[in-house]
Amino acid sequence: MNTLTVFPLMRRWLGNLVPVATTFLFVLIGQLPLPVPLLSDVAPAFALISLYYWIVFRPDLMPYAAVFGLGIVQDAVAGAPFGLYALVYLLVQALVLNQRRFIAGKPFWVFWSGFAMVAPVAALATWMLASLLRGTLLAPGTAFVALVMTIILFPAIAWLLVHAQRRFIGMVEA
Amino acid sequence: MAKRSAKVTVAGLTVPFRVWAQRFAFLGFVGLSFALMLLSKAETAGIERMRLAIVDTVSPILFVLSQPVQAVGQAVDGVENFFVVCDQNRQLREENARLVQWVQEARRLGVENATLRAQLEYVPDKRSQFLTARVVADTGGTFFHSLLINAGSRQFIRRGQAVIWQGGLIGRIAEVGQRTSRVLLMTDINSRIPVVVESTGDRAIVRGDNSTRPVLQFLPDNSPISPGDRIVTSGHGGVYPPGLAVGVVAEASDTVITVQPFVDWSILNQAVILDYGVDGILPAPEQVPISPSRSQPDTEPNTRVVQ
Repeated sequence: MNTLTVFPLMRRWLGNLVPVATTFLFVLIGQLPLPVPLLSDVAPAFALISLYYWIVFRPDLMPYAAVFGLGIVQDAVAGAPFGLYALVYLLVQALVLNQRRFIAGKPFWVFWSGFAMVAPVAALATWMLASLLRGTLLAPGTAFVALVMTIILFPAIAWLLVHAQRRFIGMVEA
Repeated sequence: MAKRSAKVTVAGLTVPFRVWAQRFAFLGFVGLSFALMLLSKAETAGIERMRLAIVDTVSPILFVLSQPVQAVGQAVDGVENFFVVCDQNRQLREENARLVQWVQEARRLGVENATLRAQLEYVPDKRSQFLTARVVADTGGTFFHSLLINAGSRQFIRRGQAVIWQGGLIGRIAEVGQRTSRVLLMTDINSRIPVVVESTGDRAIVRGDNSTRPVLQFLPDNSPISPGDRIVTSGHGGVYPPGLAVGVVAEASDTVITVQPFVDWSILNQAVILDYGVDGILPAPEQVPISPSRSQPDTEPNTRVVQ
């Protein structure tokens, strides 16, 4: 094996990490202190957008273990009970994998509409689990605003991810 | 028949096993998530250590990522300030004139206080120490109200210490990692702060309810309270030192009294951790070496900044 074969292999190997790496970054970006009043209360769920995108386009590069790990990181940083976001992300993965054939390869509005159906399920599951674990019915008002913002921001994040996919992985699906 | 059998490959044969393994993996991780949630609910020490280890690991990345966000915030502030600079200058001059009068008053009270203390042979409280840290994550979120700051047990941060910013209480240290700590905000549903109404001295509890305005509870029935009354910490329970500004009464009806915190959450990019040497009712502090500065004689407040 010479250098000519090692570099493409390395590039491919690193490229395969892009889905998990970008979602990991979005998990952290979603927790940054934003210098806009009250925005941190209704911060969009960037990580959910990234997760949905990669599960639709490259499910082979987003294994269950990685989704679980990303959820655990989000739980740790957000101060949520351990396992909450891990479970929500796993549910999203199962749901999207199940409906993937209706979304992949279709026009963008179908892709966006699919997210507009998945995001409320994730928000509802998060609200229910958080209420259950905190022992009280939490007010869903700000979560609803965050959900709307997430759906509105979806095209912008998806655009970034399309470029990341083209640049580092290629459009070939598994 | 021969044609069909020729298509059978090793990869093809393993498909059912792979599908089965994937399903098993999914169910396994779902089960693990539930188990972790139950352990987390029981506040197991191992879970907290795991959480802190993860937070300590990712906090340098959070710090780097927060730099451009803060730079953008500062740039926006700069532009905003440019347009209000004249008005702001006039207001500051007026405020400065008022403050000069207050300085005179404070000096007079200081002398009077010292004289009275000398007459009573009063033993003064321990002087507090300060540490300023940067907020690296505002996990405010919708359901969990907390912050991550870039100071931990290495900077002698301990669980239960009060955290303020610009004179107003933010909350208290809830978890301490090596270089990161979590601040439980006073707005979180788990937050309870013993307070007094400054004008009447009536004791009460400020309870977070995940909204921006916590609720004032357990106030005596006959207590006269009205919007605008200042609420400060009472020091009872030994968690918060007495006299820290919490907020003002925003709404006072028969059913609910809400408090508007003094702190402006939108400019919360740094936080000051106070060490009054009160350990309170919280579990024993983390095993950290005793700060050398704490053994020094308490003369002036000790301030440090973590960048």
